[in-house]
Amino acid sequence: MGWRLISLGLLIVAWSAGSHFAGDRLLPGPQAVSLALLDEARSGALAFNLAATLARVAAAFVIAMALGSAIGLTMGRSRLANRLADPWLIVLLNLPALVIIVLAYIWAGLTETAAVAAVALNKLPIATVTVREGARSLDTGLDEMAKVFQMRIWVRLRHIVLPQLAPYLAAAARSGLSLVWKIVLIVELLGRPNGVGFEIGVAFQLFDVTRILAYALAFIAVMLALETVLVQPLERHIARWRPGSA
Amino acid sequence: MGELAFGLKRGEVVALVGPSGCGKTTLLRIVSGLDRDFQGSVQLPAAGRLGMVFQEPRLLAWRTVEQNVRLAASHARDDELAALFEMLELTAHRNHYPGELSLGLARRVALARAFAVDPDLLLLDEPFVSLDAALALRLREELAQLVDRYSIMTLLVTHNLDEAIGLADRLLFLSASPARILAEFPVASPRAMLAPEQAAALRAEIARRLTL
Repeated sequence: MGWRLISLGLLIVAWSAGSHFAGDRLLPGPQAVSLALLDEARSGALAFNLAATLARVAAAFVIAMALGSAIGLTMGRSRLANRLADPWLIVLLNLPALVIIVLAYIWAGLTETAAVAAVALNKLPIATVTVREGARSLDTGLDEMAKVFQMRIWVRLRHIVLPQLAPYLAAAARSGLSLVWKIVLIVELLGRPNGVGFEIGVAFQLFDVTRILAYALAFIAVMLALETVLVQPLERHIARWRPGSA
Repeated sequence: MGELAFGLKRGEVVALVGPSGCGKTTLLRIVSGLDRDFQGSVQLPAAGRLGMVFQEPRLLAWRTVEQNVRLAASHARDDELAALFEMLELTAHRNHYPGELSLGLARRVALARAFAVDPDLLLLDEPFVSLDAALALRLREELAQLVDRYSIMTLLVTHNLDEAIGLADRLLFLSASPARILAEFPVASPRAMLAPEQAAALRAEIARRLTL
């Protein structure tokens, strides 16, 4: 913990020094950015935009994870499903995020649905591939055990399949969250009237580096909070049976 | 595997004995419905509820001992489970995870799980393989007690003659692959009641007839 604080302190010092050499217009210092952040917070704009972005992140994340897990599990378990869906997956994996976003906006209009769908579609193939890997490594011995003891399908899913998939789901969630964050900003920049991405777009047009940094900082803070409050405790809970996990 | 046919009576324990690789495990997989690629038919007792102990314990590492048993036996009563855990000396381990158990204990849990479902047919696939001799003997005696107490139709697969004699009412000897039934021996007074001299005599008779 101590070393992390020192490292963080060094980053702020470097920032101040850089601001001193580059000038306030190109790289405003920590103080100016903090003041701008406070201003935005006081006017309510910060909370409003963060909330709009967070809502999009949450919606896209949930849709992509649910669909991706279901498809990945099916593809990992059934050879036929895998053969049929694999080419689609490869196409989707290699389609640039920007193309998906632009097409979504053209086909569905500049709507909330198009925005969330575009983000979810970007995240979907990665979640699918990760969960498919997990589904392929499921223990057949346990599967047979469940069959002989005539366990019901939901018992198997909850107590046998999901615990084995947990590390893969966690990996998909972790990488997915950071990806979704970034793509949501682009979606907002291109076609939404609010959110962090929209604000950064406006600031870009005004060359307002202070505001760009202020929103970036707020954004990072929210992500860190999510990580410590949500992701890490969840991972600890899932791994509680592993020896030496306490 | 060759052609073979056999049946079990109510409450009877039959041991299938044969060399490694003769298809004993495949036979159990066919009976349990895990292997459907065969010609012939399997008739299970009325309700067809199966209990099985595999060669490996096959426990869920992420569930406790008690949860492992309860997930298979959702209808088991609390007092029945408590008695079962007591008999298998698992009471102290109910809340442990399988990763914290020795192999011997893990096999006991697998036994507890198979008995807890109150099966119509119990299938045991080399249940004590890769345990040291003393532990295997103790577990065998405990299993014999359980089998007597619950009087469950049981099919035991093993390559260990002592294990078969110590547990079964009837022994079926399989030949090397393709497997067929070589010989059949009843065990006069099975399980714990069998005196060492009787066991030795049975062994001698088996050896005499099978070397013909």
